[in-house]
Amino acid sequence: MDKLRLRFSKTGRAVYISHLDLMRTMQRVFSRAGVPLKYSEGFNPHAKISIILPLSVGTASLCEYMDFALTEERDLAALPAALDPYMPEGIQALEAYQAPGKGSELRWLRLEGVLRGGHDAAFYNDFFAQSPILVEHRAKRGVRTDDIAPSIRQARFTDEPGGVKAQLILHAQEPTVSPELMMAALGDDAPAYFRFTRLEAFREDMTPFR
Amino acid sequence: MEMNEKIDALLRQVQRPARYVGGEYNQVVKDKADVDVRFAFCFPDTYEIGMSNLGMKILYGVLNEMPGVWCERVFAPWGDMAGAMRRERIPLWALESGDSLDKFDIIAFSLGYEMAYTTVLDMLDMGNIPLRAKDRPGLEHLVMAGGGCICNIEPMAEFFDLCFLGEGEDVDREAVELYRQAKKEGWSKEEYLRRAAQIEGVYVPSLYDISYNADGTVASITPVGETPARVRKRIVEDFDGCYYPTRPVVPSTEVVHDRVSLEVFRGCIRGCRFCQAGHTNRPVRSRAPETLLRLGRETLENTGYQELNLSSLSTSDYRGLSQLCDGLLDYCRPRGISLSLPSLRADNFSMDIMQRVQQVRKSGLTFAPEAGTQRLRDVINKNVTEEDLLNSCRIAFEGGWNNVKLYFMLGLPTETDEDVLGIAELAKKVFWTWKQHAANKSRGVRVTVSTSEFIPKPHTPFQWEAQISRQEYLRRVGLLTDALAKTKAITYNWHDAEMSLVEAALARGDRRVGAVIEKVWRLGGRLESWSEYFQLDRWLEAFPACGLDIDFYGTRERPVDELLPWEHMDCAVSRRHLERERERAYQGVLTPDCRAGCSGCGAASLLKEGVCRG
Repeated sequence: MDKLRLRFSKTGRAVYISHLDLMRTMQRVFSRAGVPLKYSEGFNPHAKISIILPLSVGTASLCEYMDFALTEERDLAALPAALDPYMPEGIQALEAYQAPGKGSELRWLRLEGVLRGGHDAAFYNDFFAQSPILVEHRAKRGVRTDDIAPSIRQARFTDEPGGVKAQLILHAQEPTVSPELMMAALGDDAPAYFRFTRLEAFREDMTPFR
Repeated sequence: MEMNEKIDALLRQVQRPARYVGGEYNQVVKDKADVDVRFAFCFPDTYEIGMSNLGMKILYGVLNEMPGVWCERVFAPWGDMAGAMRRERIPLWALESGDSLDKFDIIAFSLGYEMAYTTVLDMLDMGNIPLRAKDRPGLEHLVMAGGGCICNIEPMAEFFDLCFLGEGEDVDREAVELYRQAKKEGWSKEEYLRRAAQIEGVYVPSLYDISYNADGTVASITPVGETPARVRKRIVEDFDGCYYPTRPVVPSTEVVHDRVSLEVFRGCIRGCRFCQAGHTNRPVRSRAPETLLRLGRETLENTGYQELNLSSLSTSDYRGLSQLCDGLLDYCRPRGISLSLPSLRADNFSMDIMQRVQQVRKSGLTFAPEAGTQRLRDVINKNVTEEDLLNSCRIAFEGGWNNVKLYFMLGLPTETDEDVLGIAELAKKVFWTWKQHAANKSRGVRVTVSTSEFIPKPHTPFQWEAQISRQEYLRRVGLLTDALAKTKAITYNWHDAEMSLVEAALARGDRRVGAVIEKVWRLGGRLESWSEYFQLDRWLEAFPACGLDIDFYGTRERPVDELLPWEHMDCAVSRRHLERERERAYQGVLTPDCRAGCSGCGAASLLKEGVCRG
């Protein structure tokens, strides 16, 4: 079975697992569950899996997507329950299906987060209402300065008892703006502590990505 | 384990945070309400090293099979994390529960190499546990140790309450069971230790008084009260039926040996005279090929690993190797699982197996002739001839391999410059063999020569020998460097002798060296098996500061009649055998392997029938 997609969540202790480690872990999960992934041919065979949008270490997600292929027919609806007992703590398989389109169609992400040890909500609201918002980042050729303002569709901050709550909608691919990049844009005004969770993915026209 | 925000904030600042949080597949979590003994299994090195250790997997499984006992894992944090934890005053925690070390009844260390000693102290301190046994008066926070280093644990004796000599599967269980009774019946720590010392394989350092001669050598080792005069090593006699962890914890982040490790046998039939493991792990006991096939399959299924490794001290000597490899290949090949065979000998049989196993990927081949001339190989009883080695290389080169690594030691007893230059000669012959027999010369060849400094170890025929000085080692390195300079295809790597100097002093140290270890730790020493963290200067400062001389322990040859600091540790190979082997070394006489002829080393006395089956 080709062009399959798995939606899964990565929360709790699993947020510290890096992208590369996650790839290895997923291969082992499939192997333990007896669900045979398709492998590439050649001297150094590797499982044909790809995770659509690598997640930063420390960020949680309820909407991770992994594309894969199997060597045999499987009931896709039953697959998440078949994989779950074999996951490390914090990773849960949510849904498996035939991918309706390419992974590159994923364009926007809705996230929420909490910021502590910095300013109040009003400060962040004002800051991210500016245009342009210039941020330096390391690109293939040296350091580049980008305006991330067009990639921020929503940046709403509210004061809550546990800190400042952030509700964001960010452009996720071409160009990519991560919440970490937003925090970097704050420079010296960045909060001492922040934590984000991906909630939902969309296509360019804000219809749900699947 | 709950990640509180303080810890979460730290984890965001350090490299590879996944190694500090647990939650891996197959970790064991128990309900604290059902647990009456909490056991912290500490590995005094990083997660990546500790999680590669088979002994730890075995004992984690054995202990967690005991109802009411919960064994958790603790590793030493890398420098960035350790610094952050100390700054924030966060104590060292166990991965499963996240509880700090002081919440545990038993804190046990696995000690496989001497350079981990300072890390033991660091981990105790990070867990708010007093370092010295005498500063821990109660039954709680009992600090134990096991592993290869226990055959001379004197330098660490004052820090441990109790040590295990030999294999831990049975003795750990017995000591924990006794602890449970002690806790229930409210014994004092002294009462517990006194009784535990009666268990075979248990060493309670505080129950032995040591006195010294004016020249610094040991004068006497006196057991207190009913304590046995010598501690007898424990082994698992029925190795075929012995516990094997088919459900090991599968790390979610990459570790050094990230694969199934199948232990085919324990002990070694070869009596290489420098080798401590080969002498302290006798007698040889193996698993049947059918058992190994079943265990291997189960473990692969339970872990999802894509690689299986056959481990032992000398896998070529496993009688059922051919049958086992065929069986494993039948299972592994269709599933894309690769099989690896380290520690093969340079002989025809091994090369045949190697070719069958590695049909696709031709990684490098490694041989350890250890010495450059036949004379010196006979001295150390390394039963490999130049012909064997070159023949193996020829087969390898014909089969398409083009990368050979050769390991040697410098500073072996009786070594002359001729022996050192012999290493270069041998490496060149390997290169010429490639020239004559390579399947495809256009791909070139890489021959790598590595040398390390010989370190005399307790319980070996060379336990009385002097280590050569660092200057002398460097001179011999220079000799070899010059001899290999003109052959571009041969790369020469050598390990610096700085660490060997310390390792030698710790390996044959006595109880007084404990003060040096503590001093080095106080000067900042930890994770010292890592070159990033090792500093010779701290040791050179600490030895004299404690009134001791590092050369007394390292470069001094001991007279045969000297009472050695580890004389009360009985690893079953007799002192008489070691003395005899030393004599034969000086005569350059080989001793046959255990199968070719029993040399009466004494290890068979550990077996019920008193007969060793090799």
